[in-house]
Amino acid sequence: MTVLPKPTSASLSSSPQQGILERVHDWVTTADHKKLGMLYIFSGLFFFLIGGIEAGVMRWQLVSPANDVVGPITFNQMFTMHGTTMVFLVGMPVLLGFGNYLIPLMIGTRDMAFPRLNAWGFWMFLFGGLLLYFSFIGSSGLFGTKGAPDVGWFAYAPLTSRTFNRGNNVDYWILGILVSGFGSMATGINLVVTILCLRCKGMTLMRMPIMVWSMLVTGFLVMIAIPVLTAAQVMLLFDRFLGSHFFDPQLDGSALLWQHLFWFFGHPEVYILIIPAFGFVSEIVPVFSRKVIFGYTMMVIALVWIAFQSMSVWAHHMFAVGLDPSLNAFFAASTFLIAIPTGIKVFNWLGTIWGGRLVFHTPMLYALGFIGMFVIGGLTGIMLATVPFDWDVSDSYFVVGHFHYVLFGGTIFAIFGATFYWFPKMTGRMLSERLGKWQFWILLFGMNLTFGPMHVSGILGMPRRIYTYAPDRGLDLWNMLSSIGYVFQFIAILFFGWNVVQSLIKGRKAGNDPWDAWTLEWATTSPPADWNFNPLPDVKSRRPLWDAKHPEDPDYEYE
Amino acid sequence: MANQTDHHALPREEHHLSKGKVGMSCLIITESFFFMAFIVAYLYYIVIMQVDDGGPDPKDLFYLDWMVYVASICLFSSSATVVFAAKALARGAHDKFRSWLFITVVLGGLFIAATAMEWIGLIGGKGIWMDTCSFGTCFFSLVGFHAFHVCFGLTALSLCLVLSLLGKFPTMQAERFEVLSWYWHFVDTVWIFVFTTVYILRVYT
Ligand code: HEM
Ligand SMILES: [Cu+2]
Repeated sequence: MTVLPKPTSASLSSSPQQGILERVHDWVTTADHKKLGMLYIFSGLFFFLIGGIEAGVMRWQLVSPANDVVGPITFNQMFTMHGTTMVFLVGMPVLLGFGNYLIPLMIGTRDMAFPRLNAWGFWMFLFGGLLLYFSFIGSSGLFGTKGAPDVGWFAYAPLTSRTFNRGNNVDYWILGILVSGFGSMATGINLVVTILCLRCKGMTLMRMPIMVWSMLVTGFLVMIAIPVLTAAQVMLLFDRFLGSHFFDPQLDGSALLWQHLFWFFGHPEVYILIIPAFGFVSEIVPVFSRKVIFGYTMMVIALVWIAFQSMSVWAHHMFAVGLDPSLNAFFAASTFLIAIPTGIKVFNWLGTIWGGRLVFHTPMLYALGFIGMFVIGGLTGIMLATVPFDWDVSDSYFVVGHFHYVLFGGTIFAIFGATFYWFPKMTGRMLSERLGKWQFWILLFGMNLTFGPMHVSGILGMPRRIYTYAPDRGLDLWNMLSSIGYVFQFIAILFFGWNVVQSLIKGRKAGNDPWDAWTLEWATTSPPADWNFNPLPDVKSRRPLWDAKHPEDPDYEYE
Repeated sequence: MANQTDHHALPREEHHLSKGKVGMSCLIITESFFFMAFIVAYLYYIVIMQVDDGGPDPKDLFYLDWMVYVASICLFSSSATVVFAAKALARGAHDKFRSWLFITVVLGGLFIAATAMEWIGLIGGKGIWMDTCSFGTCFFSLVGFHAFHVCFGLTALSLCLVLSLLGKFPTMQAERFEVLSWYWHFVDTVWIFVFTTVYILRVYT
């Protein structure tokens, strides 16, 4: 028999008499994985708002040709801060935050392996992010000439050298990301150790939810990718402060070395941003199709395969710099190959949906939206991996279209799905389905309106990172559409904010298991007690809650 | 942290793998990728491109440089002595533990001393630094980061020694010490790569 603890309530922390100071003190000094997870998610959403406003400034400037809402310098700062924020201060922390919150619950343990390291990781991320944003006011100090960094999120050399960037804004970019990178590495290691060492009785590797697998793989990718970025940033700091010659071509350095190091980090990084999203979708789709996940083993193999191969595709970001043709061929082939495990995942989700009794609650809508949008982004990715085609559209809006389909339609959609799915567990209250569905359809429409036309303007020759364009190039309409789409997305986000506030105050009580789901987190109260489980669970199959609910027909008789 | 105290009162979960050992292995993987970037930079500029920017020829600097070999032997043998120390601690032989640990710290200290001498010679004597040439850039960053890690390990080992002398390092801590010794092995292993890259490749080929 599957032994599941009775959900015990009474979180020790929620004594209502606590004063505001005590409560702040509680959150600031906490080492509890659930609180840290929520802090991660909340801070990430805060940065999401800022990054979104920066995007709005860009769309406003580009709404019509020869516009002059902001000048070129501000525009450069906007896209730099937008990209850096969305990758490092939104995507990573929100995904790692969900990992933090859910992994110990899903594997049936009480906390992460190193709770205090966990807290350290969070605060490093937060202060790294604040340091980056301090550049807006801080960097025009003694030597400075201007505010925030303006070198793009990949900060190509030699634009970042002292010669071309005399202020301190690049230093803020380096240090902010360096500091938050330390936090990410700590959290990556923590996740891996937690998953490998703290699983409850009976939770073998091949019984872990796919979400746990995806976090394990993500943890490894963080451990491999981030230190290379850190090293490159340290070299850049040396160049800027000690006068070393790593990246300055005029001093026999190599601008290309930066590109190699950056993209050796950069491509695994985009998988760090999408693999946890795969995990969310792999949890949501089965529950709302009322079926077990199709091809569990293949899903795991595909994850691990993607992780390994993501280390051998980085130069597909560098086709246009003129590498050796045989290198180009290698990286193109390797990139095509990585589409295979990615496709396997998509077909397995479809296989799970096939013949299921679908329930179209908001989490499921987002999961389905994810699959559709991610496939579009994946297909344009394969187009870009074709060297001759890439030469034509590299550094154009086509690329911007590609990565927003995977990052917005993929990662952000999955994050919204996860939020609607796990919000009841975290807060004890349901989000409104009605507002959620409005948000979903407006967002789906808005994102396609924004990012779809970008493929066209890109093919028509609009370079990315340009602050304005001439009126007679046939670009007006497409840019206008993109900017209108932004408005829809903004409205959708307002729906979300309103939904969260409303539901926190008077949302429907969730109960322990509102979705009739099967993984261990739903065996706790909502929100879970501080100690999660007592006694610790003992599982026999991949769906311990199914076994508990259906003792006459448990899963472990089939697995 | 008022609300976390209760974790300890509850029955503990079973652990199959040691958190410390898995955690250290993860840290080692992470650090390896950090070092790899600097090794790649050295290989690229100094060994493969052999940029000619007025910097010194590593052949002139390191050919039959006996001090590096002595220092390397010190560092490599400290990997053995730290194992002896860990074994002694696990057996509860605290005097042996302290002796082997002391020898380890001395060997590591000798290595750092040799590095210091080398740097004084290069910076003070020959006027080479990060900003003078590509060799300086790559050499000081790579060797410097390694030395920094040795110093970090030495500090941790010395701390154990001091604690043990104060009688505050019981046999119970044997696993923690073993985990620390893994870090020390890692620092030594990095040196194999640094040594090969810096003192062999461009010097004897
Ligand atoms: C089927 C899988 C994919 C393929 C074949 C692919 C291929 C490519 C290629 C060839 C480029 C370079 C285009 C250029 O700069 O000329 C690119 C850029 C990019 N991709 Fe993908 N991609 C895939 C999936 C993803 C995923 C899952 C993400 C993130 C979640 C992603 C994020 C990005 C980003 C952010 C860039 C632009 C980086 C920049 O220049 O700022 N891609 N992709
Ligand atoms: Cu890529």
